[in-house]
Amino acid sequence: MAIKVAVNRALTAITALPTAAALTDGNLTLLTTATASSSATLDFTSNINSTYDSYVFKFIDMHPATNDVTFGFQADTGTNTSYNQTLTTTFFQARHAEAGTSSSLAYTTNRDHAQGSGFQTLIYDVGNGNDENCSGELHLFQPSSATFVKHFMSRASNYGQANEAADCFAAGYFNTTTALTRVRFKMSSGNTDAGTIKMYGVGPKQS
Amino acid sequence: MIIGGPALTKYNDRSLKDLTTAPASAPSSPGALVHIKTLTASSSSTLSFVNGASSVVLDNTYPIYRFEFINMHPANDTQEFQFNMSADSGSNYNVTKTTTYFRTYHNEADSSATLLYRTGNDLAQSTNFQMLADGVGNGNDECCSGTLHLFNPSDTTFTKYFTSRISAYENNNGIRDNYCAGYGNTTSAVDAIQFKFGSGNIDAGTIKLYGIKDA
Repeated sequence: MAIKVAVNRALTAITALPTAAALTDGNLTLLTTATASSSATLDFTSNINSTYDSYVFKFIDMHPATNDVTFGFQADTGTNTSYNQTLTTTFFQARHAEAGTSSSLAYTTNRDHAQGSGFQTLIYDVGNGNDENCSGELHLFQPSSATFVKHFMSRASNYGQANEAADCFAAGYFNTTTALTRVRFKMSSGNTDAGTIKMYGVGPKQS
Repeated sequence: MIIGGPALTKYNDRSLKDLTTAPASAPSSPGALVHIKTLTASSSSTLSFVNGASSVVLDNTYPIYRFEFINMHPANDTQEFQFNMSADSGSNYNVTKTTTYFRTYHNEADSSATLLYRTGNDLAQSTNFQMLADGVGNGNDECCSGTLHLFNPSDTTFTKYFTSRISAYENNNGIRDNYCAGYGNTTSAVDAIQFKFGSGNIDAGTIKLYGIKDA
């Protein structure tokens, strides 16, 4: 039998980590990637539980099939598919046209919810020109809580259909003490032609 | 055994697979966000992160630190969630600060929706605690969640910047999206941070401290 000599630099020389799940603790852990391809909805129906106490969704280059639409999200409980949880939210935005003719910072009353159950706008006026899209981030806090409401915060940047930049801020809470287990993203009309949404667990595993 | 040869070392082929912590010389984690410390409130008057105490790192190890607040629930109703910095390892939380504060508000009754600068919530060269969210309710399901970033607290040349955003379920049944930013006007290293409510205990809630790597 050939003698294998242990190299005592083997561990200290490691530059890439094993894939053991425990080693991803303490970081932003990628859980699921959903890639749109003429998709009516993009649904995250697993991995939203008590494993992490907050989750981040990064949506990248979301491109609608239809011009001038809203990109939004909703959540649901258990294995339900209605995506109609009660929301109270705020929404404000900054806008600036490419022509330099207008700019604004304002609360946008028709984009919020007061105990509504519709989809929450993350960004609107999304254009479907070849190079138009929106990108941003949504942070959802402890969706598994059975005690508290579920807070979320988002910020998204948009190339608007009227050739303007928009920086949109939504925040609020799902007014339920039932655990949220699934999240759906969609355009208000037509498919999501292209785009990627990545869901991460934040921080060390809780369970 | 081979006489005069090197001692045989038996491989354990589970040694790498079963690793639960990374070797010190390897990248300590695959991402840029490194969890440092979690504090969980249980009728706590304050929650403090002091560099060098209880495994807390708040020094030049990381250029940016991130605090994440999860379901902070006050014992008393209509509370301000606040923080302050210390430059003496937590002996005094009284760093001079100049800050800005604005927020949106929308109630469940849909009778009020606003975006306002809040002059009463900012500080101008004050050593007081800075509020990060106001009007937090203490109903059973009411709480606030959000984040605070602290930039280069160990620097001894510049002021110490912070930015925060917190979503809060307020006492009158509405949402407040609170934005606060500013600087600790000191060139001393900030080495401790304390969080509390304006009055009464933090009944429940979790604060996680992360370091954000720059390489």
